[in-house]
Amino acid sequence: MEKLWQLRQERQRWEATTLKEALARQPERADQFSTLSDLPVNRIYGPEDLRGFDLERSLGRPGEYPFTRGIHPTRYRGRPWTMRQFAGFGSAQDSNRRFHYLLEHGQTGLSVAFDMPTLMGYDSDHPRALGEVGREGVAIDSVQDMEILLRDLPLDRVTTSMTINAPANILLAMYVGAAENMGFTRAQIGGTTQTDMLKEFIAQKEWIVPPRPSMKMIQDMLVFGTRELPRWNVISISGYHIREAGATAVQELAFTLADGIAYVQAGIEAGLEVDEFAPRLSFFFDCHNDFFEEIAKFRAARRLWARIMRDRFKAKNPRSWWLRFHTQTAGVSLTAQQPLNNIVRVAIQALAGVLGGTQSLHTNSMDETYALPTEDAVMVALRTQQIIAHESGVADTVDPLGGAYFVESMTTTMEERAEAYIQKIDDLGGMVRAVELGYPQREIAEASYHYQQQLERKEKIIVGVNDFVVPEEQSIPILRIDPEVERRQIERVRRVRAARDEVRARRALDELKRAADSGENTMDKVLECVKAGSTMGEICDVFRAVYGEYREPAII
Amino acid sequence: MATSKIRIIVAKPGLDGHDRGAKVVARALRDAGFEVIYTGLHQTPEMIATAAIQEDADAIGLSILSGAHMMLFRRIIELLREKGGDDIVVFGGGIIPEDDVSALKAAGVSEIFTPGASLETIVRWVKEHVKPRGVKAQ
Repeated sequence: MEKLWQLRQERQRWEATTLKEALARQPERADQFSTLSDLPVNRIYGPEDLRGFDLERSLGRPGEYPFTRGIHPTRYRGRPWTMRQFAGFGSAQDSNRRFHYLLEHGQTGLSVAFDMPTLMGYDSDHPRALGEVGREGVAIDSVQDMEILLRDLPLDRVTTSMTINAPANILLAMYVGAAENMGFTRAQIGGTTQTDMLKEFIAQKEWIVPPRPSMKMIQDMLVFGTRELPRWNVISISGYHIREAGATAVQELAFTLADGIAYVQAGIEAGLEVDEFAPRLSFFFDCHNDFFEEIAKFRAARRLWARIMRDRFKAKNPRSWWLRFHTQTAGVSLTAQQPLNNIVRVAIQALAGVLGGTQSLHTNSMDETYALPTEDAVMVALRTQQIIAHESGVADTVDPLGGAYFVESMTTTMEERAEAYIQKIDDLGGMVRAVELGYPQREIAEASYHYQQQLERKEKIIVGVNDFVVPEEQSIPILRIDPEVERRQIERVRRVRAARDEVRARRALDELKRAADSGENTMDKVLECVKAGSTMGEICDVFRAVYGEYREPAII
Repeated sequence: MATSKIRIIVAKPGLDGHDRGAKVVARALRDAGFEVIYTGLHQTPEMIATAAIQEDADAIGLSILSGAHMMLFRRIIELLREKGGDDIVVFGGGIIPEDDVSALKAAGVSEIFTPGASLETIVRWVKEHVKPRGVKAQ
């Protein structure tokens, strides 16, 4: 206490003398400074700013509770993060070729993007799929497409992350089915399905059935994954899309962890022990431009989750307390103007992700504001990670920013503000209810409108967009998807339907309907549907018939 | 001076769920004094054209980020013609490459706003280019 008093005295002296003189000569750029998400930033931070900070309780040691400094004692000294570039476009063949290309160039994990019809559970020949097939990702209609996508990939050695939510149960079944057909066992295959429907309702907006039955489908997958697939992470709790939809860093953190709480609750209600499935929950965050805010967000996330799992859910296994996460640099921060500048933004964001202790990282390509990335642009993005890993030196020590007054203070601020949001969501009755009430959706819409106004008033600057603008023509090459992809994919799904044993396919769909109606676990039935050659759209139609289709109340 | 408020439908055709832009623009147009109807997500061209006719809209603002704009924007224009709404001003925004912008304009889209367009620019354009439909018809 005596020491703190002394420090404050010292600060006051400095402010009255050295600082005052400096300000008289050169005033500061603004009256107040704030982060990208509008958290206040002080002139300087010292030990006197670390209110309530306790070296043991707040920071601890890497690999130990509360994991502020990381979940592993050696972080990247043992092994660098997994460099996992998200890819997928056009047909299954096209994407399979891109995967082989990425693996040959040192990528260590696969990540599959699906097209819009697949994300929404429509077959490629559905009228709503018009013009969308293969555009934003790969089109998968049946287990045969999945087999083409995975052809000749070492599924026992690479892990595959699939960005799929509403029909995640079906894609997981297709992956298992295809892997088994390729000769791999269920115990050999490893990967992640995103399966985070709450953030879909909040932000990404690709859905099939309403929130409550969506949670039931997730419970079925959790039970199946826990019992049958020892190396599969069924849910990747995702803040990325929440942030990209316009949320602040605090909202991203808070809503993501509140979603996590809802899934843990759902797993327990499905009859699982918390320590049976919690160690395999993983997270996925955005990494935006504000360097220290992002690093603080990651550190606060680990500490908060550890406390939630230990104190709220009484998890005993330390692995249940771990917040493991994938990071993607912020797509929303890329500018169509002066696209080469995006390489620099991505490098800064990637560095923040690494200093925040991410387990895996996707770096965006500079041309992604126009279309899916070209191969050259993907290469620069991957090389950015390799330069950080092997040239910058930041991977050689654990949590290099730990103990920095600003970073620790910001970490605590993030934690406190996120806790306040989580409390509010608890008060509403939990995240499922909050989503039904449109609470997080409204909070995000407010934040994104506020930010846009700040840009219009130039209170926040985006280089090349609202300042440092030059007249320019679009000059970078962009990847075009051949419209033939849609036609060929439509032909293929029709061939699959024509060639299968119709009686078996029908029976499998009927069985699924019966199981969904009765409330029993549907995963085995979905697997049989997939093996019987039923298509994505047909399987989803069963769920639509039983659970109803979701319609969002339009909030602006 | 038109006495009736100009009515604009802001719509998201296609399956992509990226609605930040649509919502921000809808809100800016509303704050600028227009009557705005936001359709919500995942609208088919048929749904959008029908809504525009039924709501007696003066303009439609389309937002799309999935890359399906060529197919879907053109289809909406076609349907408006079929339904007698060819004087409804159609404008749009999203991730739309330069080459596609000229093709869409040739197909009848009045303006395309690409990433980085300010709200002020969009609002100003709407004020200058959208008039109540009844006025011209008289």
